[in-house]
Formats: sequence, structure tokens, C-alpha cells
Amino acid sequence: MSVPSGAEPVRRGPRRSHRATDEGIHYSRWFWPSFTIPASIWLAILFILPLYTVISIAFGTVDPIFRGPLPVYEPWWWSGEQFGRVLGDSVSFYRIVYIHTFEYVVIASALCLVLAYAVAYYVARYGGKRKTILLALLIAPFFISYLMRMLAWINLLDTEGYINKILTFLHLVPHPIDWLSGRPSTVIMGLVYGYIPYMILPLYAFLDRIDINLLEAGRDLGAGPARTFFRVTLPLSRPGILAALVIVSLPMFGDYYTNNLLSGSPKTTMLGNLIDDALGSTGQGNKAAAFVLILMVLVLIPMLYYMRSTARSLLTR
Amino acid sequence: MSESVLTAPKTSALPRGGFVRRRLRNPWRRPTILATITWGYLAWSLIPLVIAIAVSFNASRSSSTVHLFSLQWWWTDPSDSLLHDPELHSAVIQSLRLSLTTMAIVVPLGVAFALGIDRWHGRLATGANFVMLLSFVMPEIILGVSVFFVFSFLLKFVPLGSTAQILGLVTFQVSYPVIIVRARLLSIGKEYEEAAMDLGATPRQSIRAVLLPLLYPAIFASAAIVFADTIDDFVTVRYLSGPVSSEPLSVKIYNFARGQPSPAINAAATFMLASTIVVAFVAYLLYRAFTKGQRTGGLGDLATRL
Repeated sequence: MSVPSGAEPVRRGPRRSHRATDEGIHYSRWFWPSFTIPASIWLAILFILPLYTVISIAFGTVDPIFRGPLPVYEPWWWSGEQFGRVLGDSVSFYRIVYIHTFEYVVIASALCLVLAYAVAYYVARYGGKRKTILLALLIAPFFISYLMRMLAWINLLDTEGYINKILTFLHLVPHPIDWLSGRPSTVIMGLVYGYIPYMILPLYAFLDRIDINLLEAGRDLGAGPARTFFRVTLPLSRPGILAALVIVSLPMFGDYYTNNLLSGSPKTTMLGNLIDDALGSTGQGNKAAAFVLILMVLVLIPMLYYMRSTARSLLTR
Repeated sequence: MSESVLTAPKTSALPRGGFVRRRLRNPWRRPTILATITWGYLAWSLIPLVIAIAVSFNASRSSSTVHLFSLQWWWTDPSDSLLHDPELHSAVIQSLRLSLTTMAIVVPLGVAFALGIDRWHGRLATGANFVMLLSFVMPEIILGVSVFFVFSFLLKFVPLGSTAQILGLVTFQVSYPVIIVRARLLSIGKEYEEAAMDLGATPRQSIRAVLLPLLYPAIFASAAIVFADTIDDFVTVRYLSGPVSSEPLSVKIYNFARGQPSPAINAAATFMLASTIVVAFVAYLLYRAFTKGQRTGGLGDLATRL
């Protein structure tokens, strides 16, 4: 992703083993692996083990007296009773929640893509002398807390906030609108606002690398600007678009806070809210674990896709 | 944009059609629409924040009526200001403690992993790398809930509170330095290290004296990102907080934002923002200092690394 400076050879193809590459230099066999041991152990205990615990709780039983979850760690004793119940509810009672989740995530990701692509394209192609300041402004939201950014919108969208003041002042609406209680449009706006910075930068990095000669070749061969864009730029940026879509939609699927902060109403409940609510109420541990498991399965394919594309870009650079 | 004037084709060469069509077909036209979208986006993304910051200096409790500049919500107010509300005050300290500790653990852990995984190949290495990337893309709620469950059922000896919060945060953050340092390692190549060893350095010495200094920019960048990300974190931290005193500022803001909004909350958020900017700025200065003389694209290069 970085700009390759002139002196460095571009690495391609499979890597050879160290003994073959570094003539005469011998690392002991455990030299490099030992570097990875602390972090690997950490992840084994605090990442893999917790995920297994979730599965053990989702397929576990319930304490008959305290109604708390009783995890079952041996797969051969797993019972599908609790998980089956949640699955049953998911296709009936909670179906609307899944529909909302997909609706909001798809609409918000699409809006993010259109806006982010336009901005990234402009900065990459036409940034010119202002590129640095534009980039600084685009990076700024990265360092501004998500909460701060949501708080800003809570202030603005309040019934006494500036948005309503302006709207009533211009007589566009007769009386202030209650934006912050159960409006899907507000939630989608919040999702776009919250996650779009994560999309613009990777797209920018991708578009910035497209060889301008290819575009000029397209022009020379008689294609107009629109045709050059649709036949050259867009196909070239497709991997970048897919990766960027995954980057924003994965956290959106697990988002509950945007919804809680900007709506807080059961009318806009998403899957993330189900998990958060279940965890907040006693005796629903199994339910929370089951929902986490469902979420994990739902996002598995985009996650694997993203990991594969990152791994490939690391190898072929 | 003088060159666009110079290279613009003569009118006769323009394609046929109405004004709009002609404009759209002209490859040398200025990207007015794109420019409008970009500046519009920047205004949309930044103006709300400016207003939110302004509210914290407002003398009124309402967020829309503008009064004189005041530091009431920062420290003048004896009970409700950021400095004097004991709850907010201790939350600030908890926030800083969590993010600094997390940063101190995550950076060495991640940098070492990145170094090792970059040079060690084999099935085990692929597996470790897979798990690391998985922790990067996993939605945070999954991670937060599962770490909460492991501390309440399997590893019960870890009490909810600061320890649990730090353990959870490190797990969530450790992939950042790995990804940033690996990108840097790829652009450095192996030549410097090999040269050092040809000149008689041991592998350990070549890492400490040659490779590590070359990695400083990536290390500072990842430290800043980890700090910014942990001080904002409220998902993992909220599930793992025990007593009220272990709730950092982010969790307080989350809890109060809808319930009892007060300009002091805006002051708290502004304080967090300021501390993040300070850390980011220091990291950027260090980044610049350590990449002096190297060909980097400056901010653009940093941006593409994120």
C-alpha cells in the first residue's frame, strides 16, 4: 500500500525459505517463532477460548434455580434446546429485527459507498496541491471518538436543536420534528456518518494506485470520460470497493449503540440491540450467546473474504 | 488550473449536443460536481463536531441557545463541571489509565508478533496469522460479549473491572500494530538486516540496532491509533466494567448521552478529543522525525497505511 521507493525490488511469487535466502546466516529454528509466542498465547486464551465459551453457553443448559446459563464445555453433551428456541424466535417473533438489520446495513453501506467513492476519487485524481489538507480532514474523524460524533448529532437533532430551529425558522415544518425517537432514516444517517471514514481511506489508497496511463490510454482510444470511468476505473477498483464494503458493513451488523443513541426505540431494533438487551437482563445469558453465535455465522463469509483479500494483497505486493 | 485552459480543445472539436451533454463529454472540464460533494461531505462530517465542542463552552444548559463563552462546564461550576463532578473526574483518570496500560501492552506484543510472523513460515504460522486477522475483523460486540462470558464462567479468578477491561482491550487492539508494522516491514525489505549481519551483527543485534529504528514510524503510528481507539472504546469496556468507579469516560458519556445530557458531557467528550489529538500529533511528529531523509509520501503515505 505504501509508495514503493525506487531502490526496493518488488517482491513477487512464492517466498523461499530463510535458509535458502540468507546465505551463511543461520537463525536458530525457534528464533522467529519465539517472537509470535506471547501474542499467540494471548489470543488463544482471550480470543479463541472466549469464542468457545460462547458456543458452550449457546448449546448449554439453564440453571433450574437461578435461571442463569450453565455452560457445557464437552461437545458431546451439547443440547440444542436453548439455541433451537432462539432460532425459532428468530424466524417468527424477531424476524422483523433481522429484516431491519439487513435493511439498515445494506442502505447505509450503499450510501457510504456512493459518497465515499466520490470523495476518494476526487481527492485521488483532483486533489492537487490541496491533497494534504484534504487528507488531514479525511483522517480527522478517525481520531475523533465515535461517541463524540454521535453526541454532536444528538445535540443537533434534538427537538430544540439547530436542525429543528432552522427548519421551523424557514417554515419548512410547522413544529419541531422529533428526530431522535425511532426513525429509521436517523439511524441510517448515523450509521453512514459513523462508518464512512473507514471506507474513504482504503478507497483513496486504492484509487490513488491506479495508473493514470491506463486512463489516458482509454481516452486515446476514443472513450469519453464516462466510458473511461465505467470501463477502466470502476473495474480496476472493484477489489477495493468490495473490501471497503466489508470494512463498513461488518461493524454495522454488530452495532447497537448508534441505534440506542439516535433512536432508542424498539421500532428500530437491530441484531446488536438484541444481544445487548439480552446481556443486560438477568437469566438471558443463553439467549445473548445464541444471538452472538448467529451474528458470527452471518458475518463469517464477508469476514473470510476480507481476510483472504488482505492476505493476497500482502503477498503479491 | 491553468493547464486545463491551455489544453482545452477548440470549440469546433467539441462533440455535438446540448450544453449539458457537451459539458459532460468534455474530458478537461473541472470536476465541479465531485468538488461540491467532497467539500459538502467535509462540512457535514466536521461542522456538527465544531458545534458539539462549542456547546461545552456555552453558559446555558440548553444546547441551542448561545450564551457567552464560559468555562462553567469545564471547571467553574462547583458541582456539575468536568473537574468538580467526582464521578466524571475519576472517569477521566480511569480512561487514561486504561488506554495507556493497553497501549503499553499492545505495542510490544503486536510488534513482536509482526516481526515473527513476517519471517516464520509454515502451517502453524499460517494458523496464528489467521487468528490474528480474525480478531481484527470480528465485530466488537462479539468480542466484548465473549470475553465477558469467559471471565464470568471459565476464568472466574479475573474480577470484572480494570484488569478485565485491560485484558479485553488488549485482545481487541493487538492486531493494529501487527498490520501496520507488517506493512512497514514489507516496504523495508530484508537488505538492511542482512547487511548488518554480514558486518558481524548477531540476529538479536541486527534487530535492535537496525530493524527496530526503521520500524519506529510504524510503531508510533500504531501506538497513536491504539490510544485513540481505546480511549473511545465503550463496547468491550462497558461489558467488562465492574463497580461504577471502573467505568471510564467513554462509558459515562454513553450512559448519559440520551438520559441526562449536560454540557459537562460535551466537555468530557471534548477533553477526550483533545487528549487524542495531542497523542496523534506527538506520534505524527515522531513519525516525521524518524522518516526524515526517507522517501515517504508524508500524510498520504500514512493514510494508505491505516
